[in-house]
Amino acid sequence: MGKNPGSLARPTGRAMQIGRDDAERAALPGRQDCAVPPLAVDLRGVHKSFGSVQAVRGVALAIGSGEVMAFLGPNGAGKTSTIDMILGLSRPDAGAVEVYGMAPRQAVRKGLVSAVMQTGGLLKDLTVAETAQYTASLFAVSRPVGEVLERAGITAIAGRRVGRCSGGEQQRLRFAMALIPDPELLILDEPTQGMDVEGRRGFWQAIREDAASGRTIVFATHYLEEADAYADRIVLISKGQIVADGTAAEVKDLASGRTIRATLPGADKAALRAMPGADGVEVRGDTVLIHCGDSDAVARRLLNQTPARDLEITSRGLEDAFLALTGDAAAGPAGESQAAI
Amino acid sequence: MTAQSALAAALQRQPPPAGGFSPAILRLEIRRLLRNRRTMILALILPVLFFWSIGLNNSYVHQRAGHGNVSAVEMISIALYGAVAATAACGAMVSIERASGWSRQLRVTPLSPTAYIVIKMLTSLVLAAGAVCAVYLLGAVTNKVSMPADLWVITGLCVWIGSLLFAAFGLFIGYLLPSENVMQIIGLALTLVCLAGGLFIPLSQFSPDLRTFAEFTPLYGLSQLVHYPLAGGTLEWIWILNLAVWLAIFVAGAAWRLRRDTARV
Repeated sequence: MGKNPGSLARPTGRAMQIGRDDAERAALPGRQDCAVPPLAVDLRGVHKSFGSVQAVRGVALAIGSGEVMAFLGPNGAGKTSTIDMILGLSRPDAGAVEVYGMAPRQAVRKGLVSAVMQTGGLLKDLTVAETAQYTASLFAVSRPVGEVLERAGITAIAGRRVGRCSGGEQQRLRFAMALIPDPELLILDEPTQGMDVEGRRGFWQAIREDAASGRTIVFATHYLEEADAYADRIVLISKGQIVADGTAAEVKDLASGRTIRATLPGADKAALRAMPGADGVEVRGDTVLIHCGDSDAVARRLLNQTPARDLEITSRGLEDAFLALTGDAAAGPAGESQAAI
Repeated sequence: MTAQSALAAALQRQPPPAGGFSPAILRLEIRRLLRNRRTMILALILPVLFFWSIGLNNSYVHQRAGHGNVSAVEMISIALYGAVAATAACGAMVSIERASGWSRQLRVTPLSPTAYIVIKMLTSLVLAAGAVCAVYLLGAVTNKVSMPADLWVITGLCVWIGSLLFAAFGLFIGYLLPSENVMQIIGLALTLVCLAGGLFIPLSQFSPDLRTFAEFTPLYGLSQLVHYPLAGGTLEWIWILNLAVWLAIFVAGAAWRLRRDTARV
């Protein structure tokens, strides 16, 4: 699996624009050279707005062939908008999108990329097998329908009307449909939303078996565990911007920080934020929450130099790291985000 | 094969010919259509019942009209009603496909919007053929319709091909309106348009003002034209103009909405 040299640099007051910058990319050997496979996905400075809503605000992202990448972020972060542009369902207002070095729509027409959509996208009055046949007949080259149904674990319900299938079964059908062109790049948008734990596990089992063949997989999720368990690379997106990009292990390191909770009436947020070791500050009435890399230093200073009391120090879970990165703390107006890591 | 050479091979793939259109798709679409009870009732059962109840009474059978009897006129009228109901309903099914996200799903396949529209048109023609055949068959087996043999074929074909006008109407409405309302609106619109086009009551029974109004409605031209081989007389240019203008309106409307739809979804 090709790993992206994505870094998890600490933010320095600005939003992290991780991913390869243009200079770095230009230095990559032979991007246009046929001998080296082109990037599966190449997004450069992509912006997309819907009316006054800026859904995607300058995303640069390079996904190499063979990567299994999770696109992680809360609802409304811009995951689906970005995926839509990769699939050619919408065009960016600014910036460029390439899939295997060609326009997204062309890659779709050649059967190089396919997708498992969030919900819908099925006809209730067709059977499972007919839906797969329908999809298969649209492509120039397709895998046998029986084979993809088997792969998705829905051979037993091939004759069932789609309208009578459970949510999990429908999702497996979407997966089967996505496998039909034998795509090089498979995109899954929130593939397990609304599934129970067992359905989720079974679904990922099927994906995992398939990924072993070297297919590039990009999935959007807001479940941290999924990103952690199934991706080699995690890209965190929030408010239309990439706020972190790295391996699952690197993202896990984000959880190594601690949170200090203290009672501090009239807290000066800026002063607390300026303390060495403090990464993020929340003030809730008389309570302050300080996310820190070095909790000892912050605690010492709090006790010695401020009237803070009732200190509690807890280690931060992955969930907190995620919230800190993608929550309001990381938002702010464009360009002055304060990611709390 | 290594992953690299597999990718290199995949990059050489070509898109399917004809924008992804294939007979297999058409077969599946027709199978889908046959399962849709509401459309089948609208396009096949209702016209047959109408013709049975109003077109075959004895006064019509014994009354001459053009090269045949009034039952023949009625048969053509009702067949046209069935055919346009069929094509309009088929066209309007895009509304359901949009609401369910199916058209969005299709856009992550090689199928081109043009091929999709062609499939819709052909599917609606299949159902329209069913509607025309059902009504004509009833006319034939009851032995009450009198019309020269060649006119059975000619008028049947005219009705069938002419019904494409309403496939464009159905597509336009289907792209324009959300799915919950579209079938009711199509049903109501069709009834009014058929009434105004003189398919249920002859235009000669309309008041002069109402008749003038009727001449501007979408089925007037088509209805006069499909009856012309039987009725004889002079071919009025206003019929052709009426048909051409409404066809242009429906096609332009459908194309406009389709373009908006493909830009947005």
